[in-house]
Amino acid sequence: MGSSLIDGLFVFMLAGFIGFEVIKRISPLLHTPLMSITNALDAIAVVGAIVLVGRHESPLARILGILAVIAATSNIVGGFLITDRMLKMFKSSRPAKS
Amino acid sequence: MITISGSQAFIGFIYLVASGLFILALKWMNAPPTARRGILSGEIGMVLAIGGTILDLAARGKLEHFSVDYVWIFAALGIGTAIGIPLGLVQMTAVPQRTALSHAFGAFCVTLVGTAEYYLVVNGSGIPPFKMAVLCCEVILGGLTVTGSLMAAGKLQEVLPQRPITFKGQNIFNLGMLAAAIAIAVYLVHDPSATHLYPVMVGIALVFGVMLVIPIGGADMPTVISLLNSYAGLSAAAMGFVLGNKLLIIAGALDGSSGLILSVIMSKAMNRSFTNVLFGAFGQVAAAAAGAQEAMPVKSASAEEAAGILAAASKVVVVPGYGMAVAQAQHKVRELYDALSKRGIDVRFAIHPVAGRMPGHMNVLLAEADVPYDRLMEMDDINGDFPQTDVSLIIGANDVTNPAAKTDKASPIYGMPVLDVERSHTVMVIKRSMNPGFAGIDNPLYYMDQTLMLFGDAKAFVSNIVKELSSAHG
Repeated sequence: MGSSLIDGLFVFMLAGFIGFEVIKRISPLLHTPLMSITNALDAIAVVGAIVLVGRHESPLARILGILAVIAATSNIVGGFLITDRMLKMFKSSRPAKS
Repeated sequence: MITISGSQAFIGFIYLVASGLFILALKWMNAPPTARRGILSGEIGMVLAIGGTILDLAARGKLEHFSVDYVWIFAALGIGTAIGIPLGLVQMTAVPQRTALSHAFGAFCVTLVGTAEYYLVVNGSGIPPFKMAVLCCEVILGGLTVTGSLMAAGKLQEVLPQRPITFKGQNIFNLGMLAAAIAIAVYLVHDPSATHLYPVMVGIALVFGVMLVIPIGGADMPTVISLLNSYAGLSAAAMGFVLGNKLLIIAGALDGSSGLILSVIMSKAMNRSFTNVLFGAFGQVAAAAAGAQEAMPVKSASAEEAAGILAAASKVVVVPGYGMAVAQAQHKVRELYDALSKRGIDVRFAIHPVAGRMPGHMNVLLAEADVPYDRLMEMDDINGDFPQTDVSLIIGANDVTNPAAKTDKASPIYGMPVLDVERSHTVMVIKRSMNPGFAGIDNPLYYMDQTLMLFGDAKAFVSNIVKELSSAHG
């Protein structure tokens, strides 16, 4: 447990720094699609829920797992879908003029 | 031949690739030309991770001799997809409440998994202190995000009253609840077998989420949504620690830092200190000021006059706000943009960071109406240009144009960065009536010499201006 805890903290810290550096550069123009795509990516929590359902170690774990998979999957599908719809709308006037 | 270590290496590698794709997805989101590539990258990462997890589960099932419940896995994935599709097809004006709802769903998933994990391990081998501590973080953050986001979504959808609900000692009461939840968490870390306390802790977190968002008014929504986004991410990262899943830690950390950065940007744009925001002391502006101004003379103009002034201008800046979203006026605004551009008039849009109900709200609405995104200017980039601007046309924005924020120390929004519209030659404000806006703060801009009030519904008024412009043109 000890070393995996430290490993996890290393990963968390580095990912946090990468997140700050990458997201700082994102144009305010795209802040709404940014929020919807991070929401979809965050729903990767679905993998934990899938394992719970698949292993069905207790009836409670199974029911909670099924609900969790449903909630996360709807975020994945809905999040990617709406982000794509939004980004399709962003058009520049420059190519049209040149 | 499948072995445990082989299976671990396989899933580890898949998660590594998925993590890389997630980071690239956010990197490519930085500008519109590459942003859609970012989605593809995120989608591939997601499919790999889910597929890999199911394959890994199948291998584990063979090795550890348990049967995998595929039926329910795919049923749940199917139901989730069926719910997700309509949520991905909502109207662009409904994006803020959809986003709040999806924060609730994400946090709901995390809270359920944490709870299931707790009851699974508490009866078995016991829970090491660190694992129990992050599990408590996971469900407290998750729980308050679920109810907080549902409250925010309800307010945005207007099924709940939008007015802030405040009472005496609210902050102390809220802090007391948070302290109680943390105290239970500390006790559970020492003695995880106290299973009767666990539901109490989750219950307090759920109530705390409601209490956190109750005092928040509409104008503070961008900050709140960003903050809830951050909480949802951090709770997912905590879940990654509980399950020892590095992909989850990375995705949670990315989401958490994204929400945090947006919250900082939003709170700066409203001149709130970040600690003030963290403690949920929102909505206090609303209580102050109102009714100080007596009926002062204002100048108003008709659509015909407004059209004449716009047609004579060479540089026009449009300042959109939440009122444009409410009136669904963005398509009419685009027609106005077209009509003026056709006459050779330079039209740009000044976007204040907190205009609307979530970060970037106005940009999405205007992009939906086909306004080219290179005409959408950030506050800092356009503020210097107002003295050279002939007409500033304000559509449904109020506080973000209030010059009192710069001059009147008594104003509740003193110090908030605002758009310098009063420096332009003429200011036109489309507004329903002289009633002060939601925050109840009077705007001295409306009484200035160069200001013309255009009373009416934003959509109807802009549409009338467009009609006047086209008929004048011949």
